[in-house]
Amino acid sequence: MSTDNAIETHDLTRRFGDFTAVDHLNLSVPRGQVYGFLGPNGCGKSTTIRMLCGLLLPSEGDIRVLDLDIPKQAEALKRRAGYMTQTFSLYRDLTVRENLEFVARLFGLSRQRTRQRVEELCHRYQLEALASQLAGTLSGGQKQRLALATAVLNQPELLFLDEPTSAVDPQSRRDFWDELFALTDAGTTLLVSTHYMDEAERCHQLAILQRGRLMAQGSPERLKADVGATPLLVVTAAPRKAQTVLQALDGVRSCAQIGASLRVLVTSPDQLPAVRDALRKEGIEGKVDITDVNLEDVFVAATHGHTEGAS
Amino acid sequence: MSDRFSFARLLAVVIKELRQLRRDRLTYGMIIGIPTLQLILFGYAINMDVRHLPAAVVDQAQTQTSRQVVEELQQSRVFNFNRALHHAGTGEAMLRRGEVKAVLIIPADFERRLQGQRPPLQLIVDGSDQVVQQAARQIAQFPLRGTTTTASVEVLPYYNPHRNAPLNTVPGLIGVILTMTMVMFTAIALVREREQGNLEFLITTPLSSAELTLGKVLPFVAIGLIQTSLVLLLGKWIFQVPVRGSPLELYLAALLFIIASLALGIFISTLVRSQFQAIQAAIFTFLPQILLSGFMFPYEGMPKAAQWIAEVLPLTHFIRLARGIMLRGAGLDDLWPELLALAVFAAALLVVAVARVHKRLD
Ligand SMILES: Nc1ncnc2c1ncn2[C@@H]1O[C@H](COP(=O)(O)OP(=O)(O)OP(=O)(O)O)[C@@H](O)[C@H]1O
Ligand SMILES: [Mg+2]
Repeated sequence: MSTDNAIETHDLTRRFGDFTAVDHLNLSVPRGQVYGFLGPNGCGKSTTIRMLCGLLLPSEGDIRVLDLDIPKQAEALKRRAGYMTQTFSLYRDLTVRENLEFVARLFGLSRQRTRQRVEELCHRYQLEALASQLAGTLSGGQKQRLALATAVLNQPELLFLDEPTSAVDPQSRRDFWDELFALTDAGTTLLVSTHYMDEAERCHQLAILQRGRLMAQGSPERLKADVGATPLLVVTAAPRKAQTVLQALDGVRSCAQIGASLRVLVTSPDQLPAVRDALRKEGIEGKVDITDVNLEDVFVAATHGHTEGAS
Repeated sequence: MSDRFSFARLLAVVIKELRQLRRDRLTYGMIIGIPTLQLILFGYAINMDVRHLPAAVVDQAQTQTSRQVVEELQQSRVFNFNRALHHAGTGEAMLRRGEVKAVLIIPADFERRLQGQRPPLQLIVDGSDQVVQQAARQIAQFPLRGTTTTASVEVLPYYNPHRNAPLNTVPGLIGVILTMTMVMFTAIALVREREQGNLEFLITTPLSSAELTLGKVLPFVAIGLIQTSLVLLLGKWIFQVPVRGSPLELYLAALLFIIASLALGIFISTLVRSQFQAIQAAIFTFLPQILLSGFMFPYEGMPKAAQWIAEVLPLTHFIRLARGIMLRGAGLDDLWPELLALAVFAAALLVVAVARVHKRLD
């Protein structure tokens, strides 16, 4: 295929014993964009990223990252890609500055360049006041800023970020994403895994994973347009009772309570009368309307609809 | 196309290690505390009953009685006089090399002495080994038939005229302390990188496994040499333990032994998954070394199988070197086979250990 893609995989598979953590994954990640990995716990996001970095060997399949054959050419990738691990992987008993200096030395930066780069990064990621603090004593969000600073220290073309904003408050998360977009402006390709819908919404492209399989791939708009299901909003005084009723109904793919209302995903808009009938029959008063598709619906549709088929 | 070995990256790891060590008060304390405590604990050593110590006999009398006396001493099973020599000088040379633990000298005027006041027998013993000294004391009480003298055997400690008990323990203790700290610290230090998740990040940098491993253990080489010096100094101050041979040669032996122990530690770290397992594995290698190396129980008193095992333990060879150099004033010209054995261990363990450190998670 073309070299426009930063990452391409073909039937990428990883097994741990009998268990298949990543199952014939075909990904294409365009250059210079933010590509999101969305999926529940244990769906194989970290495992996939580790294979893409050359940390884990695939059981099957081919990987090309920045036109390099991985894992064969993994050494060459190390100077061109950065990796921010899901769990903090810097030294807790070194200070912020010492951690940055250590990584700068590993990349062979000169002494002067090291000083300059560390200062730059501390400034950009608001670590100046924390420079002499031990990394282990940083708050969750501060740790994440330090991890991002070390991951981008060598100015990589490609950045892997494994759940970079878990344990970060909403405001800091926005700031963090601003930093990520600043990186794409500079031409960096980003692969970000997440559980958060609002983060997924910000990605240029998304892959929805479940049980190691690719359930859907595309831009958020595209995925929403192609969802193949219709969300209904049910406003009622007895949401719990309504939920029990609707879950048993044919054509209802999911039903989740959101405050006093229910969000119901049905296979087609034609189901609207059936839903209203079912509620009325049970004597539940309520207002049912079609609403806009959001990413959560896409996620639910992509993952729930296929559960039976998968098992 | 992996990068070549980079000293800059090696240095980066060393600097990082030293910075971490500086903050690690507990390890700091152990580096100083373990040698000090052990020296004092083991300084007042354990005495063991022994049998079949190798010994030589120089029978200058060559009479019926003299042969009978040798036979009777042999019966006591403490010494095994299986080397018959002509000159006392040869016996002393064998003592120095550690081939025998004692030399029995039967003077030419043996028969006359039996009637007189002077002790008719002389037993020159390796005074650097307090186990041997104790055995010699038993022999000294040996009743000789048809003699008028009360003391039949004159015991002459060859290297240790003051019968200083900790003397023999201290050289061995250097080895024991080095094994304990070097193996355990390295095993833990490397596993910690994995356990705390650091490895996952490090693998995605240009750092190679050889650079990481060497960078992590180099500071321990320095620590090992500091510990050696500490035990030597404390041994001198508290127990008057000398270094009769060349200090340089002693440090060379210590350096090789440190490298062998570090390599063992690295090897362990590639087998285990957690710091706790690393400690268990370190103790597992530590016990046979302390028990079979001749530190606690004399090599001569061990069954054959145990002696074979002892030969493949680095500590055995280091203890022989340390005792030889410190107490008998022996040089590497005498002890080179031990040094060679140690060098072979160090090289082999290092090669195996570094080869096993991979740069992957699985
Ligand atoms: N080394 C391993 N040995 C055995 N199973 C493993 C190993 N690593 C991962 N797995 C399994 O593979 C599956 C995928 O794990 P992975 O860490 O990739 O999930 P994830 O999508 O990153 O989840 P999360 O969102 O919780 O981080 C999980 O079921 C996990 O238990
Ligand atoms: Mg994960």
